[in-house]
Amino acid sequence: MPASQPFPFLTVLVLLPAAGAAAVALVPSSRTARWVHEALGLAVATATLVLAVVVAVRFQVADAGYQMTSDHTWASSLGIRWFVGIDGISLFLVVMAAVLFPLAMLGARARTDKRSFVAWILLLEAACLGSFVSLDLILFFLFFELTLVPTYFIISGWGFARRGYAAIKFFVYTFAGSAFLLVGILAVAFIHQSQTHVLTFELPALARTHLSGTEGVLLFLAFTAAFAVKAPVFPFHTWSPDAYAEAPTAGAVLLAAVMAKLGTYGIIRFDLNLFPEATHTLAPLLLTLGVVGILYGAVVACVQRDLKRLVAYSSLAHIGFIVLGTFALTTQGLSGGVLQMVNHGLVIAALFLLIGWIYERRRTWQVGDLTGLQKSAPVLAGVFTLVMLASIGLPGLNGFVGEFLILSGTFIVHRWWAVAATIGVVLAALYLLWAYQQVFHGVATGANAKIRDLGWGERLVIAPLVILIVFLGVYPAPVLDRITPSVNRLVAHVEQVTHDRQPSVATGGTGNTAGSAAAAVPAGDPPVQVRPVSVHPTRGAR
Amino acid sequence: MGAVTAAAAAHLQLPHIDYLSILPVLIMMGGAVLVVAVSSMTRRAMGTGASTAVSLVTGIAALVAALFQWDSVATHGAKVTIAGAVVLDGFSVFIQVTVAVAVVLTALVADGYLKREGIDGPEFQALALLSASGAMVMGSANDLIVIFLGLEILSIALYVLTAMNFKRAESGEAALKYFVLGGFSSAVFVYGIALTYGATGSTNLPEIADYLARNVVTSNGVLLAGLALLLVGFGFKVAAVPFHMWSPDVYQGAPSPITGFMAAVAKAGAFAAVLRVFVSSFATVRTDWQPVVTGLAVLTLLVGAIVALSQRDVKRMLAYSSINHAGFILLGLEAADPRGVAASLYYLFAYTVMVVGTFAVVTVMAKDGDNGHDIEDYRGLARRQPVLALSLAVLLLAQAGAPFTTGFLAKLQVVSSVVAVHGYVLAVIAMVSAAVAAFFYLRLAVVMYSPTGSVADPLPSDGAGDTAEVTELLPFERGSDQVPGLAVLTDAPPIEAVAERRVAVPRLTALAIAVSVAVTVVFGVVPAPLIDFAHKATLLFH
Repeated sequence: MPASQPFPFLTVLVLLPAAGAAAVALVPSSRTARWVHEALGLAVATATLVLAVVVAVRFQVADAGYQMTSDHTWASSLGIRWFVGIDGISLFLVVMAAVLFPLAMLGARARTDKRSFVAWILLLEAACLGSFVSLDLILFFLFFELTLVPTYFIISGWGFARRGYAAIKFFVYTFAGSAFLLVGILAVAFIHQSQTHVLTFELPALARTHLSGTEGVLLFLAFTAAFAVKAPVFPFHTWSPDAYAEAPTAGAVLLAAVMAKLGTYGIIRFDLNLFPEATHTLAPLLLTLGVVGILYGAVVACVQRDLKRLVAYSSLAHIGFIVLGTFALTTQGLSGGVLQMVNHGLVIAALFLLIGWIYERRRTWQVGDLTGLQKSAPVLAGVFTLVMLASIGLPGLNGFVGEFLILSGTFIVHRWWAVAATIGVVLAALYLLWAYQQVFHGVATGANAKIRDLGWGERLVIAPLVILIVFLGVYPAPVLDRITPSVNRLVAHVEQVTHDRQPSVATGGTGNTAGSAAAAVPAGDPPVQVRPVSVHPTRGAR
Repeated sequence: MGAVTAAAAAHLQLPHIDYLSILPVLIMMGGAVLVVAVSSMTRRAMGTGASTAVSLVTGIAALVAALFQWDSVATHGAKVTIAGAVVLDGFSVFIQVTVAVAVVLTALVADGYLKREGIDGPEFQALALLSASGAMVMGSANDLIVIFLGLEILSIALYVLTAMNFKRAESGEAALKYFVLGGFSSAVFVYGIALTYGATGSTNLPEIADYLARNVVTSNGVLLAGLALLLVGFGFKVAAVPFHMWSPDVYQGAPSPITGFMAAVAKAGAFAAVLRVFVSSFATVRTDWQPVVTGLAVLTLLVGAIVALSQRDVKRMLAYSSINHAGFILLGLEAADPRGVAASLYYLFAYTVMVVGTFAVVTVMAKDGDNGHDIEDYRGLARRQPVLALSLAVLLLAQAGAPFTTGFLAKLQVVSSVVAVHGYVLAVIAMVSAAVAAFFYLRLAVVMYSPTGSVADPLPSDGAGDTAEVTELLPFERGSDQVPGLAVLTDAPPIEAVAERRVAVPRLTALAIAVSVAVTVVFGVVPAPLIDFAHKATLLFH
């Protein structure tokens, strides 16, 4: 474990938005201008973004372990510590979250009670960032649970007609999932204590716990229950269309883009580290759920008449891809899964923002009521096209890179799952293009003809997302360079326990053993062409 | 004193009395006697303000006395005094502190209540002090007879307090019900003492433990019957299922401040006694009683959480929630080790603060005559009185176990204590019941944050749910009818629908609520002091 940094970047990263939330809440609204709270909130969120960028810049590329750790006593009697750190897997999730929060705050502002709204969003940011950097399991659980409170208030406070129902459903579902997670965390810690006589919840220590086969499987299921609800993985998704649809735009953006990643991140960070054997045993189950999620989400999205629900179900399908890549347990698949978490976050955030803006103009999400928007709102249509194509997975845009890595990483070891998942890609093109046609093409009538195009403020909000979508599609190497070492380390950790080696081709040349990569080259099989792709996937695409 | 007893000295050996060990009890009783004596000797009965002042001073003095006790225990260790009847150890000090805190908070709440309801006379505060002294006796009792003594002092005062609001028929009815069932349970308890005495030859707790450690009781029917009856007696007092039938009616009927007081103090006293009796005296026969406690805990957790779902009266709902909490505290008894006892103690303290604070809000929400506790009476509270609503929301979330509150740490500790002894299933049941419980806490929160006549209540009734589909508007433009969290009233323009009723919050009650919220949150964020206190309290537990 590296020594503590002189400046606790990550601690400040978490505490800054939390303090900001308190500050916004404490500034009285009666005596100040109406914009003060939003300005303060935006300043805090921007400062957090700057800090996140600093963290990304200071990140050591070749170091696969946890960096910038800081470790302090929090509740010593219970063995809980404030232990935070970052590695290639969490780095870009932190950056993505830090990018999306100010954009959501700016792009989907509340009309009433801005003070509370901004305060809750900042608290949610603190909780999300805290979850991504926590390396103590109870600390993670605290932040993981803390996300529920602000989200609950955002949905029930500023949501649409059935917000109360959606908020409670969301809270209770995820809370029930967490019940198993908490018991699982405690069980791992006490098993570890019985082996070492040390009560700790620190991930690196607990990852060395010896678990019997049954113990591992049960604990894996306990952990995965919570993460699968949060992600959501089919069939634990039933809360999500309601929550996404009833949440205000900012809430939907943050739920789908950031909070959903807590689930998939939790699987990668905790399931794979703590229960490598069980992960390997149960991988086919999770792969199947991932594929079912991809197909189910896509099919249901095809029949939605409501744009927001369509996007919600498409999100379910994309989460399925992330699960698929994760449980392929190959370097490519996992790297693709991690990258796709970031990609999906950016794309889904842009989609929810765009349809939120459409709603602001037309007061409806019904595809049947919208037509020909392209005429009067060309910029909106153009941006929507680009984001939609990224979501479909068009080469040159970021969605392609992640999906390609996932599919190729899965194909090597689980051929038929990858084949089935590919059908999902086709369906995604179907429902999105069909919806696009309905909404933007055709002859504009009535209110549709007089729709306002994107204003400068809106363009300013969507621009960073568009730039990132294109940049990651064209040149994902800097991101992959940082993700891959940590992913390799994780895959090696799993293989060490399961004694099951991934095919050498799956390491894509960035593998942990030079021999395995070299061995693959003389074989000359078609899959070898995959090798450069994992580093610079767009070369393969061109 | 010496002169009076000189004649009898040859025959009667008075035990040495260590006054420090019963100082808080003496202070409480002294306060009660002072209030009653002054009232009966002066021409006019003591006013409410004066009796509140005496109550506050008494409670704080008891806290200070407990501080001295703690110092004594820390330097000289635990000791048994007064002919083995009373024990002064960390455990007893913790209970004294918990009860004293409940007394202080309740005195603050009761002041406003008594003035509003026009209940003159100092009896209320005097009885509360007496009742608290009974709970303190139970906490420091070292003999089954002394426990019974404490139990009766506690209960009889509570029966009268329940009937205190003579304006309400329910109050008297509840008192009668409580009295009959309470008397019955006391009888069962005494019978349990008798049988235990028959089986072990002593009522002194260490002597019982000694006897059971040195002798193998081959035909232990009498002992087990005694244990069972003791458990039934305690079960009534803590309202464990299936001995909970009285509690919803009594909680609903009793004056609201007394309901909170009862929930806190009766639980503290009874759980203190049950923990001490079963974990220290009957530790050797734990295999006999642990399965029974498991059954009680499962029933209590589930029935409490599930039945609460269907309650529309807030006080009844909180009664069932209190039953659910009792189930959690039973988990610590089930673990039957220092970790479990510390967890239960921590839970008792955290719950005391939360529940008195919650009922403080319920008290001020009531209409004149202590009526109007239907959940619908809370609709739109956040709009009218945002600070009050936020306080209640925080307290409810804490009861639900939201992170960074004492409620979470309390649940974490009791659950971890059963996981540590491999009670995985029980732990999962407990956490799932917490998720179910979250539903009804949030239901109340949603109602508070909903506008009058909308749908946010997930269990629509009385036609309240039908208007919702019609009101599908832009979320931000529904105006000020949904103001979660931190809004200050001036922030939003008034609308006619909610201009109905702002409740008056007396200053002292506001102080009590503020203290409860502050303790709940501050010790949730900086947990070490309170957790260490609870853990040290059991290290000295002998």
